[in-house]
Amino acid sequence: MPAPVYLDHNATTPLDPRVAEAMEPWVGGLHGNPSSVHSFGRTARAAVELAREQVAELVGGQPPEVVFTASGTEANNAVLLSAFAGEGDGHLVISELEHPSIQAAADRLEGLGVEVTRLRPGADGVVSADSIVAALRRDTRLVCLMLANNELGTVQPVAAAAAACRERGVPLLCDAVQAAGKLAIDAGALGADYVVVAAHKFNGPVGAAALRIREGAAFEPLILGGGQERRRRAGTENVAALVGFGACAALASEELDERIERLGELRDGLEAGLAGIPDARLHCASSPRLPHVAHVAFPGLIGEELVVRLDLAGFAVSTGAACASGVVEPSRTLLAMGVPAAEALASIRISLGTTNDEAELARFLPVLAAEVEALRSLCAEPVAQAVAG
Amino acid sequence: MTALAQTAARTGRSAVPAPLTAVAMSGGLDSSVAALLLERRGTPVVGLSMLLWDRSQQVRHGRCCGSLDLGDARRVAEQLGLPHYTLRMDGEFRRHVVDPFVDGYVGGQTPSPCISCNTEIKFEAFWERARRLGAGRIATGHYARIRRGADGRYELHRAVDESKDQSYFLFELNQEQLARAVFPLGELTKAEVRELAREAGLAVAEKGESMEICFVDRGVREFVESERPDLSRRPARVSASDGEELGAGAPYYRYTVGQRRGLGVAAGRRLYVLDVQPEDNRIVVGSRDELLAPGLIGRGLHWISGAAVDSAVEVDVRIRSRHPGVAATVESLPAADGGSGGCKVRFAEPQAGVAPGQAAVFYRGTQILGGCWIERALS
Repeated sequence: MPAPVYLDHNATTPLDPRVAEAMEPWVGGLHGNPSSVHSFGRTARAAVELAREQVAELVGGQPPEVVFTASGTEANNAVLLSAFAGEGDGHLVISELEHPSIQAAADRLEGLGVEVTRLRPGADGVVSADSIVAALRRDTRLVCLMLANNELGTVQPVAAAAAACRERGVPLLCDAVQAAGKLAIDAGALGADYVVVAAHKFNGPVGAAALRIREGAAFEPLILGGGQERRRRAGTENVAALVGFGACAALASEELDERIERLGELRDGLEAGLAGIPDARLHCASSPRLPHVAHVAFPGLIGEELVVRLDLAGFAVSTGAACASGVVEPSRTLLAMGVPAAEALASIRISLGTTNDEAELARFLPVLAAEVEALRSLCAEPVAQAVAG
Repeated sequence: MTALAQTAARTGRSAVPAPLTAVAMSGGLDSSVAALLLERRGTPVVGLSMLLWDRSQQVRHGRCCGSLDLGDARRVAEQLGLPHYTLRMDGEFRRHVVDPFVDGYVGGQTPSPCISCNTEIKFEAFWERARRLGAGRIATGHYARIRRGADGRYELHRAVDESKDQSYFLFELNQEQLARAVFPLGELTKAEVRELAREAGLAVAEKGESMEICFVDRGVREFVESERPDLSRRPARVSASDGEELGAGAPYYRYTVGQRRGLGVAAGRRLYVLDVQPEDNRIVVGSRDELLAPGLIGRGLHWISGAAVDSAVEVDVRIRSRHPGVAATVESLPAADGGSGGCKVRFAEPQAGVAPGQAAVFYRGTQILGGCWIERALS
């Protein structure tokens, strides 16, 4: 019996064996608190600082600018709450595409009295830089624009938006969690004051993420305590996870071009196959986007049910954000793009990874076509009447 | 390979595999053991849990996962190696079960929500979802038995364990629903079910019973008031059947026909609720003799066999779930609106506590023939 095929890499990715190897000493023997004076502490400190250099290299920043956090969610929360210092005044601009860790933090700030402008993407899944410029006000304290969307993979015009913000002295937070390892990130060229990446989205461990804060940008820590991370994030460092983070960042820097090429070829082949399924609608296929994501609607069925059928058939895909799964509500992102609710509900996301190959996709496509057909015919039948009275 | 094919491969069954069976898993002992038994038989099984009533939703913010109290179902499915999914069905549950329940109390009736939950949710809406996920049958942890009669029709029978029998709540099932239903616990006692769970080391083996209405966490009164904040909470006038005013009690929707305790008025004799009159905000009380009725008028008459029944039928009827049953004759009647489904049930001996909104369920021996919803008592 073949193992199930994993096609949901935007949710999380398998650990690269080379990353596991790098982590192994810290899981199976070495220990030490990087803040300690003695040799154990120094060894741990050296490991964490190497990771910091590797992550800084990946995002195009300087090592001192990198603050390690436990998750992308924590890093995003920290920036929003820092910008408003828990106060209820000022103005915040976010895109409707943002991850829940930004949307929910914005909701919280709005409840405190912050005015929030939420910018809708166009039908191409991209928020225009012009709309961001138009939304800026004298009292705008922060703009949030992700580098690439988690559901559609569409790449946003962060550099243009950041340049306009910079002119007006407004800082920009760029959530690059989905882009890391699949798109070159150069924090300097992007011009974002805050950039967030997380290891588990590109074959590193869960529990390690980074916030790159441009030198000189304001930041009030969210987590208070010891003096770790240059007083910007308290708590003993998760050395093993950070070592893994550094390793996956180094591999991604080194292999980025070939990964992009390989994933792009796989995805294009997949989309050619998807287009052969009757009435399949590919979303954002001609937008600037990440190389590994295909988003498709099969009108006439419920995407959540297709996900379950595919799981029972041995293929793991998703309807979008993992957090929204299990709740049959149309994706906020798709609705914001103007996709009708019925089509939004009929969508699935297929996100590829470095371990996928053509053979897996060749097995997947006919199963998908058969499941789509079976589910459509079941959904088309009139619902059986309840028991006659 | 599908879950179905995996199981077939594991059990070495024939090339014509059994249909995938969806087990409705609540996380309780009974449905967990139902899943265990099917798995042991080599049936291809998928575990499905229904999110019916999400209290966390009332306070939740945004769209995130919420606290689904279905962790035990997930644990058991994991132990059994079953694929498991949660279906959000709170919309259907509110529409078919909770709202009619509240409407019933507001209308002065005594609703029986578990019956609608079976008819409309578990054996209809749930089936519809399960079928779309690839299931050919559905299984539940109900204590009842399904048999195939000599004429090929499906029959519903009481469980072997009389103390756990749940057939009363299943009287509205039809032939199609029975054909696709599996009740793995019908031949077992509760003690045996618990023993099976213990032997298998199921995480829920020591779990207690859930006897109350699952969505009512405090009292019915509080629930009705929380659902209908605008409903008048004026105390009802309580009067005797001869017209004597006995004072003010609780709001009328607190009372149910046949109730003796907690009437809220004092009288020198034992009093029972005879009638609940929402339009007058009045409760009529009287002696136990006055509570006795020779029969009832029903609506929604249903025969499980699906066959049309013209003549009077001799049955044993139970007029509430814990009623011991009484011999009776059922005759169909044209309904008040001229439609079908009305009936008259005459008891061999007068019965106390014929409560509108409850079901009258017809039995012959162990078999459940059908039933109706009580509209009113015959006088």
